[in-house]
Amino acid sequence: MIAVLIFMTAAVAISYWWLWNQKIMEEPWLTEGAEVDLREQTGIVPKSAKSGLIVFLAVVSSIFSLFISAYFMRMSLNDWLPIEEPQLLWGNTAVLLFCSMAIHWTARAANKGSNTGVRNGLLATGLFTSLFLIGQLLAWQELVEQGQYLQSNPAAAFFYLITGLHAAHLLGGMWVWLKTTLRVLAGQNAQQTILSVELCRNYWHYLLAVWLVLFVLFLST
Amino acid sequence: MPVAVVVILLVIGSIIFHFASPWWFTPLASNWGTIDDTINITFWVTGAVFIIVNLFLAYAVIRFRHKKDSKPAKYEPENKKLEIWLTVVTAIGVAAMLGPGLYVWNDFVHVPEEAWEVDVVGEQWRWSYRLPGEDGLLGTSDTRRVGPENHFGVNPNDPNGQDDLMVTSNVLHIPIDKPVKLLLRSKDVLHDFAVAQFRVKMDLVPGLVSYLWFTPTKVGSYEVLCEELCGLAHFTMRGRVVVDTQEDFDIWQAQQMTFAESQQIPAADPMIGSALYGVCATCHGSEGEGNLALNSPKLGGQPEWYITRQLHNFKEGYRGAHKDDLFGAQMAPMAAILTDDAAIRNVSAYIGTMSQTPTDQSITGDIARGQDMYMTCGACHGESGQGNYATNSPRLSGQEDWYMKRQLMNFKNGIRGAHPGDLYGPQMASMSRMLRTEDDINDIIAYINTLPNQQDNQIAAMTQGDH
Amino acid sequence: MAYVALADREQELSHPHSFLTKYIWSQDHKVIAIQYGLTAIAVGVVALILSVMMRLQLGFPDTFSLIHPSEYYQFVTMHGMIMVIYLLTALFLGGFGNYLIPLMVGARDMVFPYLNMLSYWFYLVSVIILMSSFFVTGGPTGAGWTLYPPQAIMQGTPGADAGIILMLVSLAVFIIAFTMGGLNYVTTVLQARTRGMTLMRMPLSVWGIFTATVLGLLAFPALLVSAIMMAFDKILGTSFFMPAIISLGEQTEYMGGSPVLFQHLFWFFGHPEVYIVALPAFGIVSDLLSTHARKNIFGYRMMVWAIVGIGGLSFIVWAHHMYVSGMNPYFGFFFATTTLIIAVPTAIKVYNWVLTLWQGDIHLTVPMLFAIAFIFTFIHGGLTGIFLGNVVVDLPLSDTYFVIAHFHMVMGVSPILVVFGAIYHWYPKMTGRMYNERLGQAHFWMTFLGTYSIYLPMHYLGFLGVPRRYYAYEGIEFIPQSAIELNAAITIAAIIVALTQIIFFVNMTWSLFKGKKADPNPWGSASLEWQTPDTPPIHGNWGPELPTVYRWAYDYSVPGADKDFISQDTAPSDTAPETNT
Repeated sequence: MIAVLIFMTAAVAISYWWLWNQKIMEEPWLTEGAEVDLREQTGIVPKSAKSGLIVFLAVVSSIFSLFISAYFMRMSLNDWLPIEEPQLLWGNTAVLLFCSMAIHWTARAANKGSNTGVRNGLLATGLFTSLFLIGQLLAWQELVEQGQYLQSNPAAAFFYLITGLHAAHLLGGMWVWLKTTLRVLAGQNAQQTILSVELCRNYWHYLLAVWLVLFVLFLST
Repeated sequence: MPVAVVVILLVIGSIIFHFASPWWFTPLASNWGTIDDTINITFWVTGAVFIIVNLFLAYAVIRFRHKKDSKPAKYEPENKKLEIWLTVVTAIGVAAMLGPGLYVWNDFVHVPEEAWEVDVVGEQWRWSYRLPGEDGLLGTSDTRRVGPENHFGVNPNDPNGQDDLMVTSNVLHIPIDKPVKLLLRSKDVLHDFAVAQFRVKMDLVPGLVSYLWFTPTKVGSYEVLCEELCGLAHFTMRGRVVVDTQEDFDIWQAQQMTFAESQQIPAADPMIGSALYGVCATCHGSEGEGNLALNSPKLGGQPEWYITRQLHNFKEGYRGAHKDDLFGAQMAPMAAILTDDAAIRNVSAYIGTMSQTPTDQSITGDIARGQDMYMTCGACHGESGQGNYATNSPRLSGQEDWYMKRQLMNFKNGIRGAHPGDLYGPQMASMSRMLRTEDDINDIIAYINTLPNQQDNQIAAMTQGDH
Repeated sequence: MAYVALADREQELSHPHSFLTKYIWSQDHKVIAIQYGLTAIAVGVVALILSVMMRLQLGFPDTFSLIHPSEYYQFVTMHGMIMVIYLLTALFLGGFGNYLIPLMVGARDMVFPYLNMLSYWFYLVSVIILMSSFFVTGGPTGAGWTLYPPQAIMQGTPGADAGIILMLVSLAVFIIAFTMGGLNYVTTVLQARTRGMTLMRMPLSVWGIFTATVLGLLAFPALLVSAIMMAFDKILGTSFFMPAIISLGEQTEYMGGSPVLFQHLFWFFGHPEVYIVALPAFGIVSDLLSTHARKNIFGYRMMVWAIVGIGGLSFIVWAHHMYVSGMNPYFGFFFATTTLIIAVPTAIKVYNWVLTLWQGDIHLTVPMLFAIAFIFTFIHGGLTGIFLGNVVVDLPLSDTYFVIAHFHMVMGVSPILVVFGAIYHWYPKMTGRMYNERLGQAHFWMTFLGTYSIYLPMHYLGFLGVPRRYYAYEGIEFIPQSAIELNAAITIAAIIVALTQIIFFVNMTWSLFKGKKADPNPWGSASLEWQTPDTPPIHGNWGPELPTVYRWAYDYSVPGADKDFISQDTAPSDTAPETNT
């Protein structure tokens, strides 16, 4: 349970730090009047959707750190046989990196108000993401050809399960991407897509980070 | 106001209930008096808190309840001193309970070096035990090796295992005043080995070996209960630990079979059995088809192990000795004719070769309702009533319905399965009590009557072969 | 001005017109709350009936042809799962959370109303899937609510085929529903508080629900992960949790997995789950006590710190459910220590509740009665928790009736008393009518005394060593006849308590139509939800302008004030409230 405990410690520490900044030590009965709070003081008012996404990503992190914990605990039992990861994963990692870059660039284009930039960026993102998903499928196939089935050994089972889950999250992201892209293709102004594109950007960056953690995990075990 | 009075009354009532309660820990029979001490400390600390806080609550409600002339509430957001003081006192109280608790737990974790080891094996839904032989060592074992011939899955190539004593009954004997470490293993699902009088318990987990230890301090016979839900018959998974004096223990130990011996039992001979069966045939029929007029059940189709066990039970007086078991009383002297175990096994082997004969059906009932109820039965006896060696369950399908009804009544009324020597009968007795009325019994038997008997199975297999 | 825009931003409320969009496909947090509440209570009634069936078997073992061993274990399982997840979690967060958060922080609605609606519909689907398992071959799973493998997916357990799969699917759908709701509750508290509503001015109800939601968002994934892995083991034949085992005499294909791994994952969710239910109850009861005692909550800051402290600690105590699970026994030292540490903030909360009553002006209304009863039962349940948390004391008591009595007292009776208190308390706001006082009193007394007489004796069965999850006890020598009779008495008490709930339903229904018209603020409560312009609040909650908050939620009996409470939106001076320019 080490991995999930590290994650929980971080999550709790961040929450407590945030609470501390929200003047959780103050004595509310002594203050009267329309007091300003941190939101107004700093002038930083993130859109609800963005903070909602952060909370959601905390949930997803919890899921992945639990899987990683389970992975380590299952690994310590004696029937664990490490599998040989397909070399294709290196390529897939590079493709996912391109996805992140493409969506990052799209967000910049949106902020600059470049309609064509947004359109091209979104299409590039979709292309690279599809490539990554196909690549992951090919990697699975490679494993199957090695004779590593879901049932054959826990390392393989975890590999399929965790990569599948990661891909499912990307597919979920693709749903938002699709809606945004359709809107853009229908001629929506770049300005109006900023929020959607930025949400996608944060989500893709996050999934890239998760993938890197998973990739290191698979390579090192 | 009444609520405050009621709170006071509930506090007083709880105290009275506590002291008047006849329900309290069973008398201790092990070295774990320290656990009882920890419980007592916890009880007094928490009891004091319970009384003080609740009485204060009641007093506050009485004193400050709203009246026509009551003063307004006091505006007092907090009182740092009081809160710190309360925190400190609470922390001290908690430490006073935790300290002794951890100290005793440390004793539990560390098994004394002089403890001897016993292998306790749980499975759905019975206990069995393996004791080290003369070398004092247990051989290695593996669930993958478990089978009808090797109950404990002992590694046959391990020299340490050859002299291990196999106790396949659910009764374990241990000598008094000698610390014992129980190694707990499960063949299938989670179980929990618990003896109330010893105070300690631990789960049995398939795939690993857990342990607990204690020193028995009182001679006696104590029940083992499974306390981790292990499936449908969980509540019938019971066993027994008998604490003996060293002499009694030695006698018992000498009677147990070693692993090597258990592997060398000569195979039963149905040819010899067929000669012995002559006597049986008078009542049960030459093909074991049974005879209603003589109250003799059908034997054909029943597995060998079941016939062996029942003959043994009749012979030892575990079955058929109850004064109300009129027909069982007829069988008991017949079983006594079989002079030894070999004779019993031979005749059983012969009966085991018989195939099932067609069945006359006389009982009718609500089949759909019976099917619902049979879900419980099927867990042990098999979905189609084929019986299961592993759960000690005989074949039901194709059995004569009048016989099953009589036996269900016997189980239910404590005529069968109540003798302490009958190891698995009590489980059926326990289960049979789910049948509250005669209708219940008729319905369930009506359903069993619809299950395919052995002949149907053979015919089905043959026709499949044709295609 | 900027500030109003902040809270009001993105609140493009679409006011529904047809009956269907107003009451069925509604995005109004209050309607969704009521949908959640009614569904949870309906499914809770099912679980209550199941428990009565179980009690009939335990109290009168040879009498009723109602229930067989397979059904008994199915009822045990469904009762537990429904009560913990589908009733309490859904009711506190989906019901009270949805209703109270926007009103208490001064928002027009949740920040993602559409997601909020989806949350309810997913919840309903999960309930339907769960209930459908009663109608499949083999029936619902009988694995116990903890669903421990290998047993949960092996033959020999009722419902080991369709039943367990439906249970896992239903849980997964529930978790999706909860996550959608939870994102809303958390983000609404973070983003949509009205002007002046600093965190330390929020009522404790919001603190409790907010913290519980955060716990749920982080902890439910553990249940999801274990459900997914168990489904893989069952359907696809992997061996995450399954070691090499035999199934009723047959060797299986499984190999090398660990049942203890499942237990770690399950309780990593399961223990925070206790607080997911308890923290909202803590928060709500604080508000009931303060309002009806006409006194500020004592030690507000300590209460907040205790809530968030308990929330953090709840992630490092899980293995106290596993002292006898066969895990490494050295873990016992760590988890016993953390568990007993958590007793300290919990005790502080109890002291502060009692000290809130001290020097108050206590109005013994029905909500107040429930709140006082909660303190009593919670003290009882909390103290017995110290027995079970102290690892060595747990040895003789675990898996006995002591455990049943403990957790029913602490997370069954206590939160349910709060639920009832809260429903009576907010009923006038939700419906615009008062409940019937006499029926409310009758309901209170029967419920309080009835539940105590069920669970107090049950602890003593546990001391005796009576194991839990037993269909029948005959033939166990150390269980005397008197214990069997005690079981019968407990069953009678349980039936009385179950029937008593009819009073509650009658009261609620009757008052809805015939109750006395309620004042907008009948209790003289200072918190924001009582200051809405309409009762019941309409869609959008507030008038043209959002309220501004000038003080904390507990200004009761302030010396020198005209009234015995000052509502949160009352400006500091007696002049008219500041305008937002």
